[in-house]
Order: sequence, then C-alpha cells, then structure tokens
Amino acid sequence: MGGDPAGKIDHEQHDFALWEKRVDALLVISSSAGLMNTDSLRRVLEDMGEETYENMSYYERWISSICQNMIEVGAFSTLELATKMEIIKSRGATYGDAS
Amino acid sequence: MPHDHHEPLSPSGHPYRADDDRDLTYWQVMEIAVRELLIEKGHVSATQIQDQINTMDARSPANGARLVAKAWTDPAFKYALIEDASQASREMGFDIGPMHLIALENTEKVHNVIVCTLCSCYPRNLLGLPPDWYKSRAYRSRAVVEPRKVLSEFGLEFNQKIQIRVHDSTADMRYIILPYQPAESVGLSEAELANWVTRDSMIGVGLPRPPA
Amino acid sequence: MKVRVLSQWPPGHVRTPGYLRGKVGTIERSVGTFNNPEQNAYRLTPTKNRLLRVRFRMSEVWGPRAENPDDVVEAEIYEHWLEPLNAS
Repeated sequence: MGGDPAGKIDHEQHDFALWEKRVDALLVISSSAGLMNTDSLRRVLEDMGEETYENMSYYERWISSICQNMIEVGAFSTLELATKMEIIKSRGATYGDAS
Repeated sequence: MPHDHHEPLSPSGHPYRADDDRDLTYWQVMEIAVRELLIEKGHVSATQIQDQINTMDARSPANGARLVAKAWTDPAFKYALIEDASQASREMGFDIGPMHLIALENTEKVHNVIVCTLCSCYPRNLLGLPPDWYKSRAYRSRAVVEPRKVLSEFGLEFNQKIQIRVHDSTADMRYIILPYQPAESVGLSEAELANWVTRDSMIGVGLPRPPA
Repeated sequence: MKVRVLSQWPPGHVRTPGYLRGKVGTIERSVGTFNNPEQNAYRLTPTKNRLLRVRFRMSEVWGPRAENPDDVVEAEIYEHWLEPLNAS
C-alpha cells in the first residue's frame, strides 16, 4: 500500500450509519472481552485479499473479520450463525425492520 | 456507492449513509447476527454496545483542539505533552483508554503529517473516528512517497527548506500534531485559541485558522 | 544508532510495511515493549517485544523518486525486524 501508485484524494465525507457504529462498537467490546484483538482483526482483513478493498466498504470488511474471529475463538458456531442470519432476513426488508 | 445530489443532508452537512430505510444487505444481516449471538451467549450486553456508541459519538476533534490550545498558552503543559502525550491528556481529564499517544510539534523548520499505511490507525480515543479520506487507498499509498504533492491537494505548500516528516502509525503508537501557532493568534485566551485548531491541522494536512 | 529493516517477505500478518523492508534508518526513540503482533494476530500468547521509532530519509526509501531527499518518514518497527549496523 505505502508507495503504491494511486489517484487523487477524495474529500467527500459521510456520516456513519447506525449499523457501522455498531460494528465499530463490537470490535472495541469483543477486544476488551478478550475474544479478539486489533492484530487478529487486521490479519483476517489482509487474508481477505486486495480485491475486497474494491468491492466491500470499510465496515463491511470489519464485520466480516469480526465474524471470522468469533467463529475461530468459539464464541458461536458457523451453524448458529447461519440459522441466526436466516431468522434475521425473515424479519423484514430493511435494516430498521430486521434489527 | 455513488450518492446523487438530491439526497438530503444531515445536520452536519454530509449525505446520510444508506441505513434503516434501504434494502437490508448481507453484511448488515451479519452485523445483526454477530451482535445478537454475542449478547445471547453472554459475551457482551446491549447496554455495553450502546454505551460504546455514545462514547465514540462524544469524541471529537474539539478534544484535541483543547489540548493544543493549552500547549500554546502553557509552556509547562507543552513540555509535558511532548514528553508523554498520553499522560498529559489524562491529566487534562480526557478518557483516552489504553491509547499510547505521541505529540509531534510543528515548527518554522519542520512540518509533521500522519498516516497509517497498513490500516487506519488514528487517535480516535481523542479525536473521534477518522475522516473517510484518511482511510482511503489514495492517502495511505501516497502520503509516504509524495507528501508534498498530497499536502498541496489539501491546499498546503511548503518550501524545500522546511522538512516534511511523515509519521506512519505502523504499530501501537497514535499521533497528534501540535500545529505551529499562527503569529496573529498570539495573546488570545486558551478558549479562543481552541477555535483556531482544526481536525486537519492535528493530522498535519491543514493549518490552524481563525474561526469562521 | 543505524539499523537496517529485515528484507523478509513472510506470508501472514506482520506490522513492518513493505516499502521500508531492507532500508536503513536511525532510531528516533524507543517506545517500550508491546505484544508481538505476529503472535497476537493468531491469538497465541504473545511475547513482549521492544518497539522502536525509526527515521528514514526519503532518498533512502525512494531513491530518485523522493520529492526532497531530506524529508523523512518515521515508523514504529519491532526490534526483531531490525539489524544493527556498525556506526561509521
């Protein structure tokens, strides 16, 4: 990354959405609970590959890494996650309905 | 996602991000699932999450600006800040958690600028969350190789006699810049001076300026 | 003190940026000991390793690409990634 060719800097700024703030909070709290740490977050982000920088947003990458860390540490199983995600999708079509 | 220009702006003047009223995305479903599973299993509580969001929302560059203004008016505090910025911040009453902070002083001869090329390390416990451009590939890639060109895109030009020092937050330290105090602000009170200190001036891509 | 950053390219998580590997700099200050990120990343019990701030001249890092050879870049590098060079 450092020193790589890159274009002009985009100064557009967005406010953070609630779901993004929740992802940020999940990292802080699961880290202080000893379930993960900043390096384990980054390790998974790096393993996800360069192309994820193009097709995923910042907090999309983060939740993906946090989720992977939680499975690795045994906080929940992949089957529990799959079941929970199906339930959430059935709640409604928007984040407001489903959360 | 491109935003069209008809979107309403938030009170802070920025476009809203896609959120509650948009179609649920796969990653939002994952966020809800991870959060609910961690709560159900007793690893975290809903209150902890909300408290953490409130704590982050309360952090803003105004905190750093107070630190800078005090350093400009109190030489003993400035000395303490340069010696141990974490300790000096705590003594001013800021809850910076376990953050290890280093303050870097700009002078007539040296201009410092901060980047994190490996990810997006930022003194968030003091200044709040980093701006989007700070996390961008463009800034992270270019700041270490062509800082003068990057700074010129932010409207800053330095002659070649001024040394540019780029600080890459590669590991456990976080950085805040103590900007060079504008001559026309000398003599103002600490509270007045805090209004001169912008977020960008504490990252090194801006200079202090009179309040609008 | 002069040091050279190891020119190693292991797979997995390290906190030594690629653009500084193999480059020579001077120790700016020591900032203490921290959990080794290479173990922390895999949730192994980490050792505490010394972390140093190293200052590199732009001409050393980028050669003729440098905007100004006397500008510098400083980064935190773990001691186990640094080899001391004899003072000359």
